[in-house]
Amino acid sequence: MSRAEMVSAPVAEASVRPRPLWTLGLFHDELRTTFRRWRTLALLGVLAAVPVLVGIAVRIETGDGSAGGGGGPAFVSQITSNGLFLVFTALAATLPFFLPMAVGVVAGDAVAGEAGAGTLRYLLVAPAGRTRLLLTKYATVMVFCLAATLVVAVSALAAGALLFPLGDLTTISGTRITFGEGLVRALLIALVVAASLLGVAALGLFVSTLTNSGIAAMATTVGLLITVQILDQIPQLHALHPYLFSHYWLSFADLMREPVYWDDLTKNLGLQALYAAVFGSAAWARFTTKDVTA
Amino acid sequence: MDGTSATEETRGTSATGQTRDGRSEGDAVVVTRGLTKRYRGGQLAVDGLHLTVPAGSVFGFLGPNGSGKTTTIRMLMGLIEPTSGTAHVLGRPMPRSARAVLPHVGALIEGPALYGFLSGRDNLLRYDAADPTADPRTRTARVTAALDRVGLTAASGKKARAYSLGMKQRLGLAAALLRPRRLLVLDEPTNGLDPQGMREIRALVRELATDGTTVFLSSHLLDEIEQVCTHVAVMARGRLITQGPVAELAAGARGRLVVTTPDPADAARVLKEQGLADVVADGDRVSAEPPARDLAEVNAALVTAGVRVRGFAVERASLEDAFVALTGEGFDVAG
Repeated sequence: MSRAEMVSAPVAEASVRPRPLWTLGLFHDELRTTFRRWRTLALLGVLAAVPVLVGIAVRIETGDGSAGGGGGPAFVSQITSNGLFLVFTALAATLPFFLPMAVGVVAGDAVAGEAGAGTLRYLLVAPAGRTRLLLTKYATVMVFCLAATLVVAVSALAAGALLFPLGDLTTISGTRITFGEGLVRALLIALVVAASLLGVAALGLFVSTLTNSGIAAMATTVGLLITVQILDQIPQLHALHPYLFSHYWLSFADLMREPVYWDDLTKNLGLQALYAAVFGSAAWARFTTKDVTA
Repeated sequence: MDGTSATEETRGTSATGQTRDGRSEGDAVVVTRGLTKRYRGGQLAVDGLHLTVPAGSVFGFLGPNGSGKTTTIRMLMGLIEPTSGTAHVLGRPMPRSARAVLPHVGALIEGPALYGFLSGRDNLLRYDAADPTADPRTRTARVTAALDRVGLTAASGKKARAYSLGMKQRLGLAAALLRPRRLLVLDEPTNGLDPQGMREIRALVRELATDGTTVFLSSHLLDEIEQVCTHVAVMARGRLITQGPVAELAAGARGRLVVTTPDPADAARVLKEQGLADVVADGDRVSAEPPARDLAEVNAALVTAGVRVRGFAVERASLEDAFVALTGEGFDVAG
């Protein structure tokens, strides 16, 4: 009857019912955008280089026939007898710092980078929806965690195969498993390592919602990462240690036991889920209520 | 903040369908009532705004830098939560109904923002993918059409970081035109454009308005508003000073009678004798408030007194005169 209803009716009608799979369009585009960034590719390139360097170093060190010392990352002494161990060594070497740092950079930049560039306001008026955008960002960071870990693992496997012999291997418990089963274990370990990064990812995303500067968010996340690693080294703080996201990271080695020792592995995954829940919720609470002024 | 029921929303307009003076606002596209934003730290950016944007208008939103225009636009777009008051866009409350309203709104807010490492075309594809209601099957075609509309087809494959400011501005406009919109919010759309680009944008705005799109155009350029807008609202220091049709506003400020003559002293004396108020002589120009009676008599008096008249005209008041009359201050004073 009044023109008011005529005007508002089309909005209600066309209303813009989200289609099935309504978030996937943005998710696909986010993946494309993230993995086309020069920065992302550089991070992955550095991660790919680490196992190659470790492999070459081990090859040179042991070229004179000596088996090397007992120092260095886990499994390093077994590499010469089986190249597959380079995968485990490389993951053990990159998990404390390289991998979480790369994740911290991508997660920290996720929202703050968009805000800093001003593109956040255009995504939001598109309208991307704040919850949808945040979920998209977290999902993309999770994909990056997996991609980064797989880059390390695949690069290590390739370097290991080229530099060292491959074959059946001995587990930590002393039992023999076939090379095929060893590969399955390696894949499982890569998945666990990727999952170990989800806590840092959620933390980085939360930090990212606090600022309009991508650089500040990245630096804060990486700073927190270093702080936590240091705290984890101080024996007097042992009461705190089980709550630090990095505390059970190296438990992935337990997948190389026979039978697998699940205790610390479950603690690690549980802790990552806890961090994801706490900081994911905090990020959501912050992002859905914040004034977007950038 | 996303899920809202449509049945409840349709009543949104009727709740605000009457102004305080009882006039119907049914065809208003934007209605704000007492809209206020106080930032943390106590700064009052927007203060009790009662804004009404009629459907089909080209609505100029005018004010110096720092007068609260952008904050208002951000509240209308659901980017900022108002401290108090309400804002309805297309008949539905913001920011609550953002998901339903914003697909019908194209916006250029505080200049364009682009992904420098993506091409112009990929930038548009990304913004379109962000809209869950945009049909992915027509995405490429719509992006191509939008690029064509702003004249960027040739540069669409270039990385956006290589764009000039004017090209970025055009790409921002293209993003606002990805789908048929019912409301276009353009914040300083001609910033960074050369005169030819400005003309093109103004032509585009007129063309869109002819198609029935309501255009909400913020600017600090008075002549720009005067050239394209049908309605105007003036803000200063977070407050709305006036709003209405452009013609009405300009008419509110009276024009001036201007006499051009080589004998300014004589002319000024005669004009005073004729009873004209506020006579000002400036070089060979003598101006005064135009009298209510026939100007022909004034001219006759000048000629009879031997004043040589080169020009004799009433200069229509510009929007700038109106603005100065309203605020009592120059336009470029930031609030």
